[in-house]
Amino acid sequence: MSDSEMSLPLDGWHRRLGARMVAFAGYAMPIQYEGIIAEHRWTRDSAGLFDVSHMGQLLIAGAGAEKGLEALLPADLAILKEGRPKYSMLLTDDGGIVDDLMVTRRGDHFYMVVNGATKEGDIAWLETNLPRAVVLDHMKEQALLALQGPKAAGALARLVPEVADLTFMTGDAFTVAGIRTWISRSGYTGEDGFEISVPAVSVEALADLLLDQPEVRPIGLGARDSLRLEAGLPLYGHDLDVTTTPVEADLVFALSKRRRAEGGFRGWHRIARELADGPIRKRVGLAVEGRQPVREGALVVDGEGNEVGKVTSGGFSPSLEAPIAMAYVPLADAVAGTTVSLAQRGRIFSAKVAPMPFVPHRYHRKGAGS
Amino acid sequence: MSVYYSKEHEWVRVEGDTATVGITDFAQGQLGDVVFVEVPQAGRHLARGGDAAVVESVKAASDVYAPVGGEVIEGNQALVDDPALVNSDPEGEGWFFKLRLADTHEINDLMNADQYKAFCDEQ
Repeated sequence: MSDSEMSLPLDGWHRRLGARMVAFAGYAMPIQYEGIIAEHRWTRDSAGLFDVSHMGQLLIAGAGAEKGLEALLPADLAILKEGRPKYSMLLTDDGGIVDDLMVTRRGDHFYMVVNGATKEGDIAWLETNLPRAVVLDHMKEQALLALQGPKAAGALARLVPEVADLTFMTGDAFTVAGIRTWISRSGYTGEDGFEISVPAVSVEALADLLLDQPEVRPIGLGARDSLRLEAGLPLYGHDLDVTTTPVEADLVFALSKRRRAEGGFRGWHRIARELADGPIRKRVGLAVEGRQPVREGALVVDGEGNEVGKVTSGGFSPSLEAPIAMAYVPLADAVAGTTVSLAQRGRIFSAKVAPMPFVPHRYHRKGAGS
Repeated sequence: MSVYYSKEHEWVRVEGDTATVGITDFAQGQLGDVVFVEVPQAGRHLARGGDAAVVESVKAASDVYAPVGGEVIEGNQALVDDPALVNSDPEGEGWFFKLRLADTHEINDLMNADQYKAFCDEQ
């Protein structure tokens, strides 16, 4: 472990729990505790506690914040209700994705959560491109936890009964054992669960309280990756980057209806063209034949072995006990059931385009009952 | 019968001119949950230091190199069928392949158990 990595507020806590630490996004982070497969299954069956404090938490306030953000994001912030996290992305003039993020209106400001590896660039991008009257605060004093899994709600409600009233993609301020938190019913595993913004000085106390619940175990980055892959959720820097557009990345749901029609945000011209004519390539899920994982960097090839696309995430699905992947393929191949060939280390693998998510989402949606 | 170790974290159990090869407990611990293994076919000639097998965990793929050269007698089909044997019994049921040593002197370049333990402590 090099000394150049920064430590998260829970660094010592992870090490005491036996985590294996690796460098990720500039931080020393836990890749696993007891093992990726066991942690993955625990999250799908019970509740997993993730430390995602490396992610950037930003406050954006001031006159013109809403309009200023709408110039950079394809979300309809004008109709975004208080306390409703919205998935969106920062876009380049050419429709490339600078980062994907969650943005929530909270009273007089917007609360934004961005990826850890990209947060410094995002901050610079926002400061350069937002009107001068808009103030951006990087909330370095806040840590971020995620509690994910079918038993997450029961475990958290023991500490904060009011969270039972939250439905998927809603959030509010709560006090947990005297600790002021912001909790939203959201996450990146495909399971029901919560993301909890908490002052870094109190995160260890809160993490201990959560870990005291019998349903809860700590989960590392390794299982976070296999869980989000099964859930069909793209990871920035792998499945998304400045060369991919929201249409190519199959994230059209994040382009709000009014914004799609009116434009007025960076990248709209290309996005409008791709919405009308179809993109050249598209992100799809792949079910890989056999047992051997096909990983990021493998090529999608045609019958003559020419590169026609690339695998951007791939691994072994603990839930399906089979290799799965995400790849960009030519639009004509982006149809469930299409067989594609993949080249990895001089070998050809066969895969079928599969609907995503690979494992059904189990979000707690409004009106779905408890 | 003696067991030797390589710097690539393989173990080699030698009986006469026959060697059984696998990866060490240290190696499986570093890899994490193993989900795929490929072993060499009987009859294949392996050069010392050449690619011999593949082991993949949830996170990453790794090559297993032949710590000694020779002709493969058997690849462990039980391991191919149940790759998790690498994690549960790396230096027993989780063996990768057996070969007939081309040159028994090659084992002299490997480490004994004490040397290997010291080597791992430095990692």
